[in-house]
Amino acid sequence: MTATLDTSVTGREPGPDETTAVRQPQRPVLELVPSSRREDVQATTRLTAEQIEELGRRLDAIRDRILAERGASDAAYIRDVIRKQRALEIGGRALLFAGVLPPAWIAGTAMLSIAKILENMEIGHNVMHGQWDWMRDPKIHSSSWEWDNVSSSTEWKHSHNYLHHTYTNVVGKDRDVGYGILRLSEEQRWTPYHLGNPLYNFLLSLFFEYGVALHDLEVEKVLAGQKPWSRVWQQVKSIGRKTGRQVFKDYLAFPALAGPFFLPVLAGNLTANVVRNIWSHAVIFCGHFPAGAVQFSEEQLADESRGEWYVRQLLGSANLDGGRFFHLMTGQLSFQIEHHLFPDLPSNRYAEIAPEVRALCEEYGLEYTSGPLWTQYLQVLGTINRLALPNGKR
Amino acid sequence: MFRSAAPAPGRSGRLLAAASALTTPLLPEDFLTLFDPLWSTTSLRGRVVARRRETGRAVSVTIEPGRAWAGHRAGQYVGVGIDVDGVRHRRSYSLSSPEGARYLTVTVQEVPGGVVSTKLVRDLPIGTVVDLEQADGGFTLPDPPPAGLLFVTAGSGITPVMSMLRTLDAGAAPMPDTVLVHSARTPEDTIFAAELAGLAARHPGLRVVQRHSGVTGRLDPASLDAAVPDRADRTVYACGPDGLLDALTDAWDDVVVERFTPPARASEGTGGTVEFGTGTVEVQPGQSLLEAGESAGRIMPSGCRMGICFGCVLPLREGRVRDLRTGQAHGEPGDLVQTCVNSACGPASIDLP
Repeated sequence: MTATLDTSVTGREPGPDETTAVRQPQRPVLELVPSSRREDVQATTRLTAEQIEELGRRLDAIRDRILAERGASDAAYIRDVIRKQRALEIGGRALLFAGVLPPAWIAGTAMLSIAKILENMEIGHNVMHGQWDWMRDPKIHSSSWEWDNVSSSTEWKHSHNYLHHTYTNVVGKDRDVGYGILRLSEEQRWTPYHLGNPLYNFLLSLFFEYGVALHDLEVEKVLAGQKPWSRVWQQVKSIGRKTGRQVFKDYLAFPALAGPFFLPVLAGNLTANVVRNIWSHAVIFCGHFPAGAVQFSEEQLADESRGEWYVRQLLGSANLDGGRFFHLMTGQLSFQIEHHLFPDLPSNRYAEIAPEVRALCEEYGLEYTSGPLWTQYLQVLGTINRLALPNGKR
Repeated sequence: MFRSAAPAPGRSGRLLAAASALTTPLLPEDFLTLFDPLWSTTSLRGRVVARRRETGRAVSVTIEPGRAWAGHRAGQYVGVGIDVDGVRHRRSYSLSSPEGARYLTVTVQEVPGGVVSTKLVRDLPIGTVVDLEQADGGFTLPDPPPAGLLFVTAGSGITPVMSMLRTLDAGAAPMPDTVLVHSARTPEDTIFAAELAGLAARHPGLRVVQRHSGVTGRLDPASLDAAVPDRADRTVYACGPDGLLDALTDAWDDVVVERFTPPARASEGTGGTVEFGTGTVEVQPGQSLLEAGESAGRIMPSGCRMGICFGCVLPLREGRVRDLRTGQAHGEPGDLVQTCVNSACGPASIDLP
């Protein structure tokens, strides 16, 4: 192993065959930075192991405080959101029955779009995280919630709650990095297929719910022999059943109920689903992939401490700036950093703890990425376009 | 999770099934309950319509049940779920209202430190919607009732017997030959004192003996035998603290008892990490599996919470559990475990429905 020491002393770039052998002894206490972007973030993670664990304890203290405080007002919040969401859905669908009149069609479609966004983002996503399990209300519980989306809650809880939140931004583990169809990291090997990166992203945003459902299948794992086809077939049947019910409701049952106004209702429902898809795609991609958010490699997961886990969640996420209604419409994923630190705290509390988390980041010199939706989204699109090409240099 | 209410029958049931194609992934009731929470077809609910203070620390709460309420037999209890600080808590309370009443009434005495009883007694606004379970329990009179009856009650133990007396009072048949010996701490602390005196005045067959433990001491078999010389000829129904019930069942044969508190614990157990469904829960020594699961936010089936009704049983997948009543470790994979009276003894795994 002397060769290893020699290379590190000379400081030259390791050749491709020595990379893994060389990187190991060079690792500092916390190396959260992939090789290709090391310069960007090295400064921000120059913390000692003690500092990282201290930061972890201070974040734990925030979590413990919210756990101790949560109570009737939080419960009232989520019930109020659910009530308003359902009222909006009823109102939107009712207006669409009068959809031959353009103002009614526009208002109905807008209401239904907002209802679907709220249902997926502020309600479904957060309930399935178990944020409201503490209320022990069987109707608002992660074990029973099913959302208005073709992806079934069971598959979603695995790929999102487990894989994405455990292996956040770890290339090769977190399937949200590119959803198995996009190249979103220099760490992903380029192939000519990736020339279509911008097109795939556009299609993914239009059909995002289907993308989410299919990405639960982990087809590339099957091709690699790590997952049996029987499991995939089971999932395909589950997705098929769910999709069938969703499609029947929005594209057949409600339009048919409208009788002669079949087409306006169909168009309204289709528009609402697409609006919801584009919106949730934008919010989710802005949560992890604008400049500033960091991606990680699988080696960095080994022996990760609680403090290191927190730091990885912090650096891998990005917030969005906006007002209260905006935060509600993102399901508080505009507080992506706080959500990733504390995925099971009630979402209505993220806004409250965000200033504390930000102050901690400043104190420890960690980057707290935050920006308006449109600038963040332009950055994401920039990355997607850039990585369509082989070297993907900035 | 309480047992589901009966599905809506017949045509309305088929209509709801068809409507669920429009509300998927939700159910029609998820929208209908926006208008009235009692219209739920999958869970039985009720609305608090009246509260009456009975003593300084007891109130009667009258609840309008949803349509699926199947009524109760005098002496039975009902499962009630209410939110305290945003968290749903479930308890069982004996019904004090007579059989056939349109609304149901539970009479609750505040237990020091009791989360649910304190809320019910002090701060439960009219209009509050509560979860209900269908009435259950075997502390009931046969039909027709026995010719000679002795009720022995202490404290809030009067409530199921009050339901029986009110039912007998409302019935066409004359009151059977009945003695009620009821003990409370003081006259002021006696639930239903005036109504009991009124019943005794109206029914020649009913004798009511009111005792006050603060003055004459607690009830015991000897003093009861002295007060009711023909006790041996009567069918005895008793409800009250464990000490009284244990003394009566030791001294006399064939006493029908109703307990309000879990039996004394022989063991605190050792606790352990228990897998509930998909996640693990740390069970503290002395904590029941039910309590541990609930405090971790799991939706657990529950019932009487004292080892009687078997409404809380769940299948054991792996490991063993410890019965808090006997201290015995037991359990084979596949066994149905009463989660309310069993704790962990080391790691175990339990299936959730």
